[in-house]
Amino acid sequence: MSGTRAVRRGSGSARHGTGHWKLQRLTAIASVFTGLWFVAAMISLSGAPYAEIRAWLGSNFNATMMILLLISAYWHGALGLRTIIEDYVHTPALKVGALVAVKLLAFAFATSSIVAVLQVAIGS
Amino acid sequence: MVEFSLPKNSRVQPGKTWPAASGAKRPKTFRIYRYDPDSGANPRIDTYVIDLADCGPMVLDALIKIKTEIDSTLTFRRSCREGVCGSCAMNMGGHNGLACIKAIEEVPGEEVTVHPLPHMAVIKDLVTDFEPFWAQYESISPWLRTRSPVPEKEYRQSPEERAKLDGLWECILCACCSTSCPSYWWNGDRYLGPAVLLQSYRWIADSRDEATGERLDDLEDPFKLYRCHTIMNCTNSCPKGLNPAKAIAEIKKRLVERSL
Repeated sequence: MSGTRAVRRGSGSARHGTGHWKLQRLTAIASVFTGLWFVAAMISLSGAPYAEIRAWLGSNFNATMMILLLISAYWHGALGLRTIIEDYVHTPALKVGALVAVKLLAFAFATSSIVAVLQVAIGS
Repeated sequence: MVEFSLPKNSRVQPGKTWPAASGAKRPKTFRIYRYDPDSGANPRIDTYVIDLADCGPMVLDALIKIKTEIDSTLTFRRSCREGVCGSCAMNMGGHNGLACIKAIEEVPGEEVTVHPLPHMAVIKDLVTDFEPFWAQYESISPWLRTRSPVPEKEYRQSPEERAKLDGLWECILCACCSTSCPSYWWNGDRYLGPAVLLQSYRWIADSRDEATGERLDDLEDPFKLYRCHTIMNCTNSCPKGLNPAKAIAEIKKRLVERSL
């Protein structure tokens, strides 16, 4: 069993993790509020024609809420996926690759979604 | 990736069966995990039928009876037989516990299944390798760390400060909680696990200890601490009725508080 102590100590503490933990909770709370708003809006708009929904999204308040929802949901999703990858993926190359991919893709998808909302709100 | 199937040499095979002695009044079947590294054979499940009319009430009583009367090769750790040493921690009827204070009647199911603690390396039969667990325990400096000059007499502590250690000092380090935790199964090489984190909080909560900051620094790590996802198996399995999940939550709370 020689080396067990050294192996278990590893390279020491990474000195981070609390920020991730706090953000996970903060984005969860934000997603609850913006998510509820979104569901309520979709119910009230169900069956409405395209032009009406476009006009609805064009208002300052709705566009702001929609962008906040996108930020909190993508952020929360990326944080959650990171946790899942750290839990289950143990092959180093696969793990690092997946962690980088999640971060970049979440950022890219969030940016693309926000640009779409802005195009509708500001007009293209 | 996480391995969802056992490697070939770990797959459990059917084993031998020892039927009840003739004239047994209350026969009870025990299915026990056996593994002997010297034989080179796969682990197996042996079946022993014993007479409960002639046996003590606890699972440990049955194991001792089997070892004494039926099969002396059955290997397990035991010492105090009253739930304070933690030696006989094992998995009975799918739940981790101490064999000495687990009544046979309490084990769910018709038959009593007895396995070693889950996801620990098996040395022989029900004896697992605690070396990595002790190394993790040692890594949290489980002793009083102070800077002030050593007092002439004892370190003083008020009854209120002492009360903060209740629910923590009782931990006997049997590893029932840590080995019931899926996060510890998947990442036990880096995640400290509920037992060691509860022990760590026992020193963080101690009014006499002056190394709280360093202790929190050393715990703030995505793997050492934050692999805890509040699954609560730890609290569910603790044979001493402690709440490691709460201790871990207190550590996380302290880390947030000092960052605000």
